Amino acid sequence: MLSVNIISIILLFTLKRPLSTKQVSEEWKRLFNYGIIAAIALMVIEWVPMPSLISFIASIAGYLLISAIVFVTLQFPALEHKKGVVYAWLPIIVISIISEIFVALAPEFYNKWDSYFETAEAFAFIWAIAMWIINAKQKKNLEKERIKALEKEKELEITEQLKNQFEQQVKARTAELTAQKNELEKIVQELKSTQSQLIHAEKMASLGELTAGIAHEIQNPLNFVNNFSELSNELLVEMKEEIEAGNYELALEIVDDITQNLQKIAHHGNRADSIVKGMLQHSRINSGEKELTDLNNLADEFLRLSYHGLRAKDKSFNSDFKLNLDPNLPKVKVVAQDFGRLILNLVNNAFFAVNEKKSKLDPNSEEGKNYQPTVEVTTSLENNKIKITVSDNGSGIPKAIKEKIFQPFFTTKPTGSGTGLGLSLSYDIVKAHGGDFKVDSVEGEQTTFTIILPLDKLEKSDKAEE
Amino acid sequence: MNILIVDDEMDVEILFRQKFRKEIKKGEISLSFAFSGQEALDFLEQENPPQVVYVFSDINMPGMTGLELLKKIKERFPQINVSMISAYGDTENYEKAIDSGAKEFFTKPIDFEFLKSEIANLVHKQKSNKP
Repeated sequence: MLSVNIISIILLFTLKRPLSTKQVSEEWKRLFNYGIIAAIALMVIEWVPMPSLISFIASIAGYLLISAIVFVTLQFPALEHKKGVVYAWLPIIVISIISEIFVALAPEFYNKWDSYFETAEAFAFIWAIAMWIINAKQKKNLEKERIKALEKEKELEITEQLKNQFEQQVKARTAELTAQKNELEKIVQELKSTQSQLIHAEKMASLGELTAGIAHEIQNPLNFVNNFSELSNELLVEMKEEIEAGNYELALEIVDDITQNLQKIAHHGNRADSIVKGMLQHSRINSGEKELTDLNNLADEFLRLSYHGLRAKDKSFNSDFKLNLDPNLPKVKVVAQDFGRLILNLVNNAFFAVNEKKSKLDPNSEEGKNYQPTVEVTTSLENNKIKITVSDNGSGIPKAIKEKIFQPFFTTKPTGSGTGLGLSLSYDIVKAHGGDFKVDSVEGEQTTFTIILPLDKLEKSDKAEE
Repeated sequence: MNILIVDDEMDVEILFRQKFRKEIKKGEISLSFAFSGQEALDFLEQENPPQVVYVFSDINMPGMTGLELLKKIKERFPQINVSMISAYGDTENYEKAIDSGAKEFFTKPIDFEFLKSEIANLVHKQKSNKP
């Protein structure tokens, strides 16, 4: 007969050991240790010959101990996972206890049914072994799962680590990008202000080119004003003399002359006035006000300004220019200073082109002798559309760069001679008035810029503003 | 005595005609006008030899400049006096004009007193040459 104390010891050891990931607390372990010590003590008492009373008490204590172990294991949730072990041993324990009771209380009955008890015990033993095998298998599976779980945990840990790392990287990158974005925004802001400065600079540059032209254009009418007023004074003296002499007819003739002179003075005064106004308008920073404008006047004025400006800068420069203006052209609401610039840009370019062609020709060749640099500005009204053309018989635009001429900062002029903004701004001006801007050129022969302004578009944009 | 005045400003005609009204009336001089270099050459070539004895030309004109006109006149009609009138009194233009055979170089605004005396001299010379 198997001693219950041995079973106690086995059970307590088993209980102490962890099952896969499940561990019992330190307190339980201590308790189990005490149990093991107690079981060993009881076993020793059992084997060593003792007075029968002590051995009886020890035997009872042994049963109480194992009962306590079974009870505790089945009762406490903390030991739930060890129930299987107890179930394995339970039949042996019960049979041992029953046998023991029978041995103690009814020895005859026990002896008579001895073989049955032994058979039961044997079955209980088999049961225990079977259970043990099952438990071991389960334990193995659990162990596998535990390893798997551990691996998973490790994986998770690694993932977590990666995630953290990644998050940090994202954070760093985001900060970097935000900084870059701010930087770019700042640059865009700077570019915007640079652009407006450049536009203004371009305006001022073309104004600078104009200065000499303007001086000449103002000097001319002023000369007339001075000459005609001086002349009128002389005529008045003469008239007085004629009246005193009684030559009334002659005096009347002189009156007519003086009247004509005064008209001339007024005319040239106005001419100077409009040039100064145009110049002031051109240099004004904030534009955008549309006003009724006589495009013919504007074309005339700026063509002359450009011509005299270039002449003043370069004495060798000369070109013929023609104005072919449609007297029926209606006044239209446009930003006059923008249109002045537009015409100025185109005409400046045209004069530049004829000058360039002239400078390339051999002055002694037949071609060089016959070449007549000419720039022509025309205005006309067709199908409710105003057409302005600026054409020249200059060097023309090579096909390769034709696409680029409207791009900002594109220039064929030597560094410092052009901002490269002239045509780009001109294009913007035409588009802002709902117009069309075309260029037609034969390299080495001629260039014509055409601006088409539909009258209805001009009125529309006008209404939209009101 | 025929004088040709070349300037792209049309009002120059009224100005000169009034300035020299007395001389014109007296028949001492007659004035012709051309408004571009080419027009002046065409005018001079109408008669052979031309009646014009004196040409006053502006320098700063579109197309043919006064200096180019000066050269051409001197080539074809060396007997005609040519004086230049310029808005720019710079030495470059002055030297070019004188080198090409200009008689005088006037700066705008024109000193009519000087111009008158210049013409008076011519008239006087012509008168004294005539007999």
